[in-house]
Amino acid sequence: MTEIEYHFEDFTPDRTFPLAVKRVTADEIVEFATEFDPQPMHLDEAAGRASILGGLSASGWHTSSMFMRMMYDGWLSRAASEGSPGIELMEWKKPVLAGDTLSGRSTVASTRLLRSRPGIGLVNFLHEVTNQRGQIVMRGENPIMIRLRNAAEVTP
Amino acid sequence: MRLIELSPPGTRIETGTLLFTPEDIIRFARKFDPQPFHVDAEAAKHYVFGGLCASGWHTCAGWMKTFMAYWTAEVARLEAAGHVAPKLGPSAGFKSLQWRKPVYAGDSITYSVTLIESRPLGSRPGTFINLTENDGVNQHGETVMRYEGTVLEFT
Repeated sequence: MTEIEYHFEDFTPDRTFPLAVKRVTADEIVEFATEFDPQPMHLDEAAGRASILGGLSASGWHTSSMFMRMMYDGWLSRAASEGSPGIELMEWKKPVLAGDTLSGRSTVASTRLLRSRPGIGLVNFLHEVTNQRGQIVMRGENPIMIRLRNAAEVTP
Repeated sequence: MRLIELSPPGTRIETGTLLFTPEDIIRFARKFDPQPFHVDAEAAKHYVFGGLCASGWHTCAGWMKTFMAYWTAEVARLEAAGHVAPKLGPSAGFKSLQWRKPVYAGDSITYSVTLIESRPLGSRPGTFINLTENDGVNQHGETVMRYEGTVLEFT
């Protein structure tokens, strides 16, 4: 198991955490879409070009799932995460096309301790994913539950 | 035919049920979300969720999967009856997604879609944006996820 490096106390407002870089392949786009979102623009290059997306493009849910993995590999695997209650906002701003290289970052917006779960705090993040052309393809806002390093020293 | 004619606002439509097997949960999570509580039933006992449970993104992808199955059948039904089915396109995103309860291994989630409103997109004449409320309910009747979605419609 990966060593835990980041606890709640490390997530101070405005601190940024880079996401891992991800190259998106046509095979992955088609594989995800075949199982979960079999629309022509996610399955076929010609159909994608004919759509407003302009090429074989990832399902938005695939983009979000890839973002999740980029976040996991970038920093979440080394954080004392207890999961997330949801996503306040997610914008799929530009198509994610086969061959794109995605990068991005998570920025701490705010934090608070959870009265209902002693020893755990909620960290609100802004996430941005950018393609190799410098375009933001995805923006998200979401809280993640993270354990405190020194739960005993802090009371909500 | 517009979506709003087919499905008046407020009409809740169940799109299908998906069983979350441990194998499917782990397969999805290894690719996209390999946190211990999504890939290891033993390790999961030591976390807040308390047992192997699906990545929230897997729960969401399940909504899309059942919606597509429902919609493909619906388009075929309309065309067979001589109608022109609504032309749905991509989505620009969603908001207020709540993962209210964990989806544990063995759970069956029944998903639904409810059209809330349809409005013209200012930037693209002839294109509409449909706002929907979507949810997933487990076999105990508990809502495990809900969100407010959007989908473009061309005319």
